[in-house]
Amino acid sequence: MDALEQLGKTFFDWQAMVAVLPDLLTVGLPNTIMLALASGIIGTVAGMILAVMGISRNRALRWLARTYTDIFRGLPAVVIILLIGLGLGPVLRELTGSTSPYPLGILALSLIASAYIGEIFRSGIQSVEKGQLEASRALGFSYSSSMQLVVIPQGVRRVLPALVNQFISLIKESSLVYFIGLVASERELFRVGNDAASNTGNLSPLIAAGIFYLCLTIPLTHLVNFIDTRLRVGARQKPEPDDLAAPVAQGART
Amino acid sequence: MTATIESGSLTGKDLHLSFGANRVLRGIDLHVERGTTASVIGPSGSGKSTLLRVLNRLIEPDRGDILLDGRSVLRDNPDELRRRIGMVFQQFNLFPHKTVVENVSLALRKLRGMPAGEAREAALSQLDLVGLKHKAEARPGDLSGGQQQRVAIARALAMDPEVMFFDEATSALDPELVKGVLALMADLATAGMTMVVVTHEMGFCRNVSDTVTFMDGGVVVETGPPAALFDDPQTPRLRSFLSDVL
Repeated sequence: MDALEQLGKTFFDWQAMVAVLPDLLTVGLPNTIMLALASGIIGTVAGMILAVMGISRNRALRWLARTYTDIFRGLPAVVIILLIGLGLGPVLRELTGSTSPYPLGILALSLIASAYIGEIFRSGIQSVEKGQLEASRALGFSYSSSMQLVVIPQGVRRVLPALVNQFISLIKESSLVYFIGLVASERELFRVGNDAASNTGNLSPLIAAGIFYLCLTIPLTHLVNFIDTRLRVGARQKPEPDDLAAPVAQGART
Repeated sequence: MTATIESGSLTGKDLHLSFGANRVLRGIDLHVERGTTASVIGPSGSGKSTLLRVLNRLIEPDRGDILLDGRSVLRDNPDELRRRIGMVFQQFNLFPHKTVVENVSLALRKLRGMPAGEAREAALSQLDLVGLKHKAEARPGDLSGGQQQRVAIARALAMDPEVMFFDEATSALDPELVKGVLALMADLATAGMTMVVVTHEMGFCRNVSDTVTFMDGGVVVETGPPAALFDDPQTPRLRSFLSDVL
């Protein structure tokens, strides 16, 4: 009984949770959302550029996209965050006078996200049947118009679930920026929970932070499932008789 | 059909094309008179579909010339050439993320610069001609194969092409849906469109087309009026092909 009580106290100390709640809500949550959203947007734009480079007919562009992707997908996120955050920190300070680690944190997260998102977009774009590009070219559209109007919209639609999954990882990975060092007002969810846990010697604040993460990620998980189902249902074929066939001309009777 | 077809003649001269060591076209000559229908028949892999793609420069020929209305188009911008030649595919290739009416109006808006409302009206009247105005707001995936192919024809016609290409337009259709599409093609031929039709429908070849060209192994083996080819084939290759398909 003592052991159970001990565990309950360690993980579910309501008072400790309530005590950290204001900080989580007013500091941690906005900062986490800001980090994830900014790097999500930049990562999506850069990912699209990488994807188009990756399928380009220009060999140098393809090689560049490939190398970039290999590096930023192949390294642990924390390594990139530390290298960018600590390495470029002094440069940024000199250039702008800013000491905020956020621009570099967002940069590091965006670099990682764009490598993954680029691959997601590329696989989606390449999964579009060749006939789509051909039909669009046959109408008289140029290669780039065909990609913009016909191929890329279809490719992106097919990989929306994977894209949302990437946003979920981004929310979680944003916790790693704490490695760069954050002042009190810059702390995101994890750091707020972790600080409170260290101060009180009780893990409940971290549990509270975890619940905040789940509140962000679980709706996105369900959004993935929703999109996935809709895409599958939307793609279903509904064969129906050719009820209004044009009047049959004499010559076509076979 | 449409009363305003302004079709032109189309000529391919000594067209050659190789993919690596694979010589797909080995000196093809094809002439389609203005307002006539040329059917192209032949076994699979004979280069028929490739010939269509070379004629509208979806694939550039290695050698030879292409003339529209007697003028070489090899130096033109290929995108502009393709706006003058409508093409219909075996697999329809409608844009599944757009509605039926958007499929037809897309090129009008983006290539002709028509205002959205005007393009939509033009697309609707084109859909009316193929009997599918009531499906304007449907997605291609909700239509039967035959309906999809008629939309594809409307999409090509919307650009007022001078020539229409049909690449095995009925091969992917269920048998009961073939007739509607062939009827539409026959209507177009009657209305005076210049057409090149790659097909396995021998009834259509015989009854609708003005000339039939038999291809095999990347060359034209025989060409002439349908009656001559079907009733009096001159070469063993055409005789054996006809005995296989008829």
